[in-house]
Amino acid sequence: MKIRLVDIAHSRSGDKGNTSNIGLIARSPEHYKTLVEHVTSDRVKQHFAGICKGRVERFELPNLHALNFLLHEALDGGGTLSLRADPQGKTLGTALLRMEIEVPE
Amino acid sequence: MIRIANGQGFWGDSPDAPVSQVRRGPIDYLTLDYLAEVTMSILQKQRARDPELGYARDFVEVVDRILPDLVSKKIRLVANAGGLNPEACRRAVRAVAQKHGFDLPIATVSGDDITNRIDELLDRGVEFRNMDTGEPLATIRDRVRSASVYFGAFPIAQALDGGARIVITGRCADAALVLGPMIHEFGWKPDEWDRLAAGIVAGHAIECGAQGSGGNCQDDWATIPDLADIGYPIVEANADGSFVVTKHAGTGGRVTVASVTEQLVYEIGDPRAYLTPDCGADFTSFHLAREGANRVRCTGVKGLPATPSYKVSISFAAGFRAIGSVAYAWPDAYEKAKAGARILRERLDRMGLEFDAVHSELLGANACHGIAAAEPSPELAAQLPEVVMRFGVRSKNRAAVDRFTKEIAPLVLSGPPSVTGLGAGRPKVEEVMAYWPALIPKSEVSPVVSQ
Repeated sequence: MKIRLVDIAHSRSGDKGNTSNIGLIARSPEHYKTLVEHVTSDRVKQHFAGICKGRVERFELPNLHALNFLLHEALDGGGTLSLRADPQGKTLGTALLRMEIEVPE
Repeated sequence: MIRIANGQGFWGDSPDAPVSQVRRGPIDYLTLDYLAEVTMSILQKQRARDPELGYARDFVEVVDRILPDLVSKKIRLVANAGGLNPEACRRAVRAVAQKHGFDLPIATVSGDDITNRIDELLDRGVEFRNMDTGEPLATIRDRVRSASVYFGAFPIAQALDGGARIVITGRCADAALVLGPMIHEFGWKPDEWDRLAAGIVAGHAIECGAQGSGGNCQDDWATIPDLADIGYPIVEANADGSFVVTKHAGTGGRVTVASVTEQLVYEIGDPRAYLTPDCGADFTSFHLAREGANRVRCTGVKGLPATPSYKVSISFAAGFRAIGSVAYAWPDAYEKAKAGARILRERLDRMGLEFDAVHSELLGANACHGIAAAEPSPELAAQLPEVVMRFGVRSKNRAAVDRFTKEIAPLVLSGPPSVTGLGAGRPKVEEVMAYWPALIPKSEVSPVVSQ
């Protein structure tokens, strides 16, 4: 069965220079296991192809049922340089929630 | 237990929030965070124009409004409103206090502004290599406009120990504004890593204002009560390092494990070692639990020893930019907006202007989420009632950017139809600042506390 991350998680994103951070938070401990298994750095890099020009790092926060992603070179040069409507990547958190993953019925 | 409130998450945040924090319930400390990287470059421009400026002037108006409450309720105020000029900020605040007839001890923390010491420090072997790219500062040395060291919480605690009722700092770690009062009240020592880290986590939970109490919260956002009257977050801190995040009774917003978690994962890197001037904090160590309505308790924060360096943020001139927009209406709004962007690009190409960056995006289609949203399907695109075409350029050459600003309005009469210039005039040319994050050994720079 295909689900979208928005069904099992919420998120918040921010910036440090040209790096976007996306905190992805599971709505339950079971959903956290699903996130850990499916939302890999590679999947996130692929999801943001063309936006994230550098590598994607993933960190686990089991105490908060959350994953933290660092998307390097993802902000068009950074908050003050960027020409984008969202120069600090404030909406990239919900862009991640669009991701579809395949889970057992 | 002491109550530490935040009433300002950034410069430009609500001027009523500090008033609400001092009037609508009990607090012991009010902290106001004014500084972001963008803010430092604005302050730098203001100080260049007038040496009496370079601090957050809104802060002085806030003090004017809340000072009677601060005095009658014995609330102490800690703010990084000093920016690049804490002394001038103190003079302005003193004038306000005198107007009210109060003679309050106001302390400043400075020494963070090392703009005029860069060459001396380079000579002494501080390399200021870019933390992200490893490049040496020489690449941009001649374009540097300001350099600020992020100090920690101990200078703030020292100012409070000295009796200050208001502490005005320059650049410091945002969470230090919250940790400083805890060090002062609880007498925490510089190597009590777990407790210092607990103060950092508490500071992180509230330093972005209402974003810690239900604002910008994705978790069931539509059910969050009364955002129009949102209460800003408050930390109830204990000497053992445990704390509760809450807000004043009767205010809107929501403090839940989910809303606090969203703020705690905001703008962090490796969660096992969130580094600050005073300690490292392990964001994978602690436990959050609901403790009644709008109360979340945090326990078990583990800390790590501080590193031998401070972070420095160096701003440098990076050229000029301008951004303009026009809106296209149905029918074919999406196709018209795409065509408008293409035509504008062709016109700029023909002029032979040199830009470091040219960027167009279609607001209403996929500007925010870009590739993650994908192109709208032809069916969806055909239904869109309107699409805003937003077009920006950046260049080291101001004349090129200036020429670009004259090409937006003509597009309305010489491009695709059913278009509005949104009632705006020519786009404004702005100078752009970029940031160079670096490290400096703690031995090379000292905070200056002035009582």
